[in-house]
Amino acid sequence: MDVRGRGVVITGGSRGLGAALAQALAARGARLALVARGEEALADVVRAIRAGGGEAHAIPADVADQGAPHAIAGMAAALLGDVDVLVHDASTLGPVPLALLGDTACEDLVQALDVNVVGPFRLTKALAGPMLLRGRGLVVHVSSDAAVAAYPRWGAYGVSKAALDHLARIWAAELEGTGVRFFGVDPGEMDTAMHAAAMPGADRASLARPADVARTVADMIASDAIASGARLEASAWGGAR
Amino acid sequence: MIAAAWPRDDPRTTRLLLVDAPRGALRDGGIGELAALLAPGDLLVVNDAATLPGSLRAVSPWGAPVEVRLAGPAAEGTWRAVLFGAGDWRTRTEDRAAPPLVRAGERLRFDGLSASVARVHEASPRLVSLAFDVRGAELWRALYRAGRPVQYAHTSGPLALWHVQTAYASRPWAAEAPSAGFALTWELLLELRRRGVAVARVTHAAGLSSTGDGALDRRLPLAERYDIPEETVVAVRAASERGGRVVAVGTTAVRALEGAATNRGGVLAAGSGITSLVLGPGTRRHVVDGVLTGVHEPSTSHFALLEAFAPGDLLARAVALAEERGYRGHEFGDAVLVLAPRAEAGRALDRPVDATVRIVREPAAP
Repeated sequence: MDVRGRGVVITGGSRGLGAALAQALAARGARLALVARGEEALADVVRAIRAGGGEAHAIPADVADQGAPHAIAGMAAALLGDVDVLVHDASTLGPVPLALLGDTACEDLVQALDVNVVGPFRLTKALAGPMLLRGRGLVVHVSSDAAVAAYPRWGAYGVSKAALDHLARIWAAELEGTGVRFFGVDPGEMDTAMHAAAMPGADRASLARPADVARTVADMIASDAIASGARLEASAWGGAR
Repeated sequence: MIAAAWPRDDPRTTRLLLVDAPRGALRDGGIGELAALLAPGDLLVVNDAATLPGSLRAVSPWGAPVEVRLAGPAAEGTWRAVLFGAGDWRTRTEDRAAPPLVRAGERLRFDGLSASVARVHEASPRLVSLAFDVRGAELWRALYRAGRPVQYAHTSGPLALWHVQTAYASRPWAAEAPSAGFALTWELLLELRRRGVAVARVTHAAGLSSTGDGALDRRLPLAERYDIPEETVVAVRAASERGGRVVAVGTTAVRALEGAATNRGGVLAAGSGITSLVLGPGTRRHVVDGVLTGVHEPSTSHFALLEAFAPGDLLARAVALAEERGYRGHEFGDAVLVLAPRAEAGRALDRPVDATVRIVREPAAP
């Protein structure tokens, strides 16, 4: 999908991959509504995009808040008009240092599912309905290697990301042929605050830069060749346009 | 008619009464039959306006409590609003305390927001235009933080924003929910598609249905804003060409389509505009051949609108049958599908629609 002039909503848009993707899509002419809890960091990203001549709006909200999705959807539509792309980038690791499942509080698993699965589900419900009516739209789930591999101590996060992957596949199956597409993308290990929180000892030089991964994800969004329901790895994506 | 007091847990249980005007027949069924009652080639047109968090608590310049109900965006970044006195939706609108008298230039303070009264309308001292102190994203954030959906005394508890949205709600233009669309589940939308029934959209700024001021109520609905996308004009024309019917979902979708056509000499064209059209018995319809709506009792303006589609006595029989069969009324109630004789004016066919008509996208309200 050519994003020029299109309305795009990105959750987790105040930092890391979300902020970098916002910059990358703004540079391609997308009009953005960025959602995050941190109002100040969000305002900084919006300011930077506007300074570069792009359009961006800040929607401070917590995607895990039950009341948030319709407010986010309403504000985004008020500010952008039709929202054609939704990127679920916001996510939580749960408490750090990461803990073994047996040491994970049940409430922390619930919280990870709320932020990483239920929140995206609610927001997709609010934003993909109008997409279905228009017969066009794209929803992107930012996933993780931890959704596939069973890494000790990544339990709550990994379980939630595995569920998020499957959520995209089932949405895709139910909306096949409607023009509303879904895909998941594993961005790989990036040099972000979240990575530092999870793996404080990691060699940052070995990690990908969010801006580079964001360009790849922006290419994926632009591509019409990706089958709905696919799960992609940023590092392995050859860039089929 | 007993009012439904709360959104139904499963919209698939909505009952559907067919009013077949050409045959003079009525049929009691369920919403699941909608796709079968329509034919491949028919077109359903919904109002995709999201419902505003339009009820705001405010304080007058002298400290008196005011409930502000946003009626819709008005000129130059202002909002038209109706003021109520102390109390809330639990009291019937007509029994509510009158609002304190306000004059142009005076200020209202909200939670995290303030506005000045730009104008008090001649129609009623409680109908005002408000200019909020902030605009754009800042105003929307404040409205969504402070506002609640407008609701009435027949409801049984405080409504959340998600209770008053259709599955396809988009721009927040509606003061009250375009509630005929509550029955359109994803399942039904997909089934319609599978059966070859097209679905298109308009956006119509449905206003308030009750103001507590009898004189003002008699002037309802006020002029309302609509937006007709180019693709909907194309869909209407295509339905026409293949002999399909155009069925509007809700009285507000009817008003948008017929109002837009009336504004252009009877031909539907893409673009945004304002309509004051009030439909009733004998109104010549240009576009719409049927309506999916709630159960509306005689003497209401909604009933009068339906008289543009079916004779009053058939509609009155429909309401009586609905009542006898236990249908529920109001926004969370059951549904009626009125299929009329074809609209007269051949829609976009009188003369070709100018495909180059510019779609005027008004800036978002603030």
